[in-house]
Amino acid sequence: MFLQNLQKQLRQNIREYGMYIALFVIMAIFAATTEGIFVSPRNLSNLIDQTGYIAVLAVGMTLVIVIRHIDLSVGFLAGFLGAISAIMLVQWGLPTFLVVPLVMGLGVIAGLITALPVAALKIPSFVASLAGMLIYRGLLLLVTEKTGTIIIPDETFNALGNGFIPDLPHFLPVGEKTHLLTLLLGFVAIVLFVLSQINDRKQKQAYNFEVLPTNLFVLKLAFVALLIGGVSMVLAAWSGISWTLVIVLVVVAVYYFITTQTVLGRHIYAVGGNPEAAELSGINVKRIIFVVFGSMGMLSALAGILFTARLRSATTTAGTLFELDAIAAAYIGGVSAAGGVGKVIGSIIGALVMLSLTSGMNLMGIGIAYQYVVRGLVLVAAVIFDVTTRNRGR
Amino acid sequence: MDNSILEMRGITKEFPGVKALNNVSFKVARGEIHCLVGENGAGKSTLMKVLSGVYPHGSYSGDILFDGQVQHFKGIADSERVGIAIIYQELALVPDMPVFENIFLGNENRKGWLINWNETIRRASAMLDKVGLKVNPATLVRDLSVGKQQLIEIAKALSRDVKLLILDEPTAALNEIESDNLLELLRGLRNQGVTCILISHKLKEVMAVADKVTVLRDGQTIVTLDATKGELTEGVMIKHMVGREIENIYPPRAHTPRNEIVLQVDHWTAHDPALGRDVVKDAHFKVRKGEIVGFAGLMGSGRTELAHSIFGNPDGYRLQGELTVKGEKRALSQPEQAIKAGIAYVSEDRKGDGLILIQDVKQNISIANLRELAARGVLNANAEIKVANEYKGSMNIKTPSVEQKVGNLSGGNQQKVSLAKWLFVKPNVLILDEPTRGIDVGAKFEIYSLMSKLVQQGMSIILISSELPEVLGMSDRVYVVAAGRIAGELPISEATQERVMQLATN
Repeated sequence: MFLQNLQKQLRQNIREYGMYIALFVIMAIFAATTEGIFVSPRNLSNLIDQTGYIAVLAVGMTLVIVIRHIDLSVGFLAGFLGAISAIMLVQWGLPTFLVVPLVMGLGVIAGLITALPVAALKIPSFVASLAGMLIYRGLLLLVTEKTGTIIIPDETFNALGNGFIPDLPHFLPVGEKTHLLTLLLGFVAIVLFVLSQINDRKQKQAYNFEVLPTNLFVLKLAFVALLIGGVSMVLAAWSGISWTLVIVLVVVAVYYFITTQTVLGRHIYAVGGNPEAAELSGINVKRIIFVVFGSMGMLSALAGILFTARLRSATTTAGTLFELDAIAAAYIGGVSAAGGVGKVIGSIIGALVMLSLTSGMNLMGIGIAYQYVVRGLVLVAAVIFDVTTRNRGR
Repeated sequence: MDNSILEMRGITKEFPGVKALNNVSFKVARGEIHCLVGENGAGKSTLMKVLSGVYPHGSYSGDILFDGQVQHFKGIADSERVGIAIIYQELALVPDMPVFENIFLGNENRKGWLINWNETIRRASAMLDKVGLKVNPATLVRDLSVGKQQLIEIAKALSRDVKLLILDEPTAALNEIESDNLLELLRGLRNQGVTCILISHKLKEVMAVADKVTVLRDGQTIVTLDATKGELTEGVMIKHMVGREIENIYPPRAHTPRNEIVLQVDHWTAHDPALGRDVVKDAHFKVRKGEIVGFAGLMGSGRTELAHSIFGNPDGYRLQGELTVKGEKRALSQPEQAIKAGIAYVSEDRKGDGLILIQDVKQNISIANLRELAARGVLNANAEIKVANEYKGSMNIKTPSVEQKVGNLSGGNQQKVSLAKWLFVKPNVLILDEPTRGIDVGAKFEIYSLMSKLVQQGMSIILISSELPEVLGMSDRVYVVAAGRIAGELPISEATQERVMQLATN
């Protein structure tokens, strides 16, 4: 009975679990081929920081693709706004806590400008954002022309891409190098997750809705708890949770909430599923386009800040091809080009898959030429898997 | 030897959990018009998909004999090769290609590696003559009416030397004149030896053209009636289709309209900048509380455009005139505002702009009124499921659960979801645009009963329909629309089919 239930759940949700399984398999392969270096705390911590800026872009891109549009301008917009933040810090001498919100505000404005011809004149977003890509590339060159690469000495800013959250004083006799606060946060996360799941289940039962059988429910809780616990222990063994990870987690939490729990989220998916029906249902489709592109612009700014902080400098080519990595991550994560389908969490997993491939192949010493080919094949395989399982579900 | 062109024997086709066809036998004689009738979900379309190879040999059990040969179709190409052509309700033409290219699409007149365009145009003109369509073969399909596009589909089939022509609901989108022309064409083709299978919900036209009628119900053949032996009447067909007698398909009139006017339109003109002409011209009408107002007229007469222009003008027409809702003059520039003003519009095209097919039943029901299910922008998912289940029960929506994708439901049930969505908005004025198009008799009756109940509760309904009996059977008053104008207003006592058609065609 238990196994039957498990099989049924797996079969029904194969599309959702597919990505996690794929990520796990990829990680296991690299763990084997690199004699464990790939899964070492140091490398995993690094991997998460590398994934950060692509993950942030992929979250925004998910919504853009869900409403049947595309934004090609995000890569160079991130590069350009990264350079602007460097200029604000170095030449204007502004502090980090002002630079970050200012640059994100500029990102929102840039996104709204891209949305304007798309919403008002029905210009295809491919064209509008292609124009944006060229313009921001030009602007990036323009502002870095005189100085070349701008080195950022501000360590507060650089910590966003390289730093870790502080630790608690070591009052317990645990390993000197273990990051206690990380362990504590991991524990809190597990408790919160378990409580919210139990609460949700109770509510569902109060309405007499179908819930998972008890044994499967416990299994699910145990699995997720182990996962969170495992990741926090790995991170604690290195330097703890990075600021990049904190930012990504906040972005994911906010967007997950918006897409699954709010009226705005439902409106976005309705516009993607059938724009005409959405319009006739009283949804302001133009407003949704502005909101989604505005959010994309804001996240581009954030990605630019993360990338610039990670390099501790703004370069003349920053942001090259970021947009394609973000789009690939979204598709690997199960977003449908036909619109209306796609999850924020999926795109994050997609970004992790892409970056795991890069990191793992780098450790194995595989040439960059082969890396591109492998990443292309994985992208195609992921989309084929997605399309075939979707049709079977009918 | 008997005279059958087609014999399907013991066809059984199963989908996971459903037996769509159960041991169906179906025989069509050479040179006859054979109608296939049955409620939605009776298995007509599935049977035709088995025949045309959409469901390949091996995915069903039973035999297909065509021209005396057992056939194993692996795809549509195989069935086309032996001379079977299907024309679906949703036309398969390329709108931006000219007529002649469409007719020979996939069957090009070749000259070696190239296409012989002169021969293509010459043969296309011959085909157009054959179906009695007088258009320039170089016209883009986009610029033709639906009725003419249907004829082009038929011309396309004829260009492939079709022996058996299958039409799935060909007149669903046609007005009466176009329908008559189409039926006349089918009779002509029969005389030239083309056998025809016609799937239709319109029993009047079945009566008019059928030589034989096969009735399907719940995936089984119920009966085959022979018109030449005088076995064919509407009552008999309906009885076999539903398995019960329906004396009167329209519920008795149990409501009386009040005097209060809830919606009034004066000097209303809508200019479509894309077409460069007025789609509604100087319209006047009013709707009372608790009244069903019928809007009759031919396809393309401007009824849907009129409804859209009142319902927040989503198509961006330039509007003139006055709209008064509950005594207040209103300018509604978004469907959102129209909904807030108490107007709801159930689209004529539920798949196109009515429903979100990839979303589930509950999401479709709640989408126009999410705010009622939300506190400060955050949805209460459980309350949503509860509301959806209430409508599922009260409107008898047949679905395994409210988490089923709407695209997987039958037409009648999709229409009920569409209605539920707008009832959840709790409007004062409900505009129904072709509410029973392409749905079966049983579901129609349920929708009529629901309308009757709603007006008794004080709702007002604007009923736009191309089916005259429906308009006359349900309305308290009828406006006839012709060429964007209100051509006449008739109290129900004076509204007869003849009178309405006279106004509509003037």
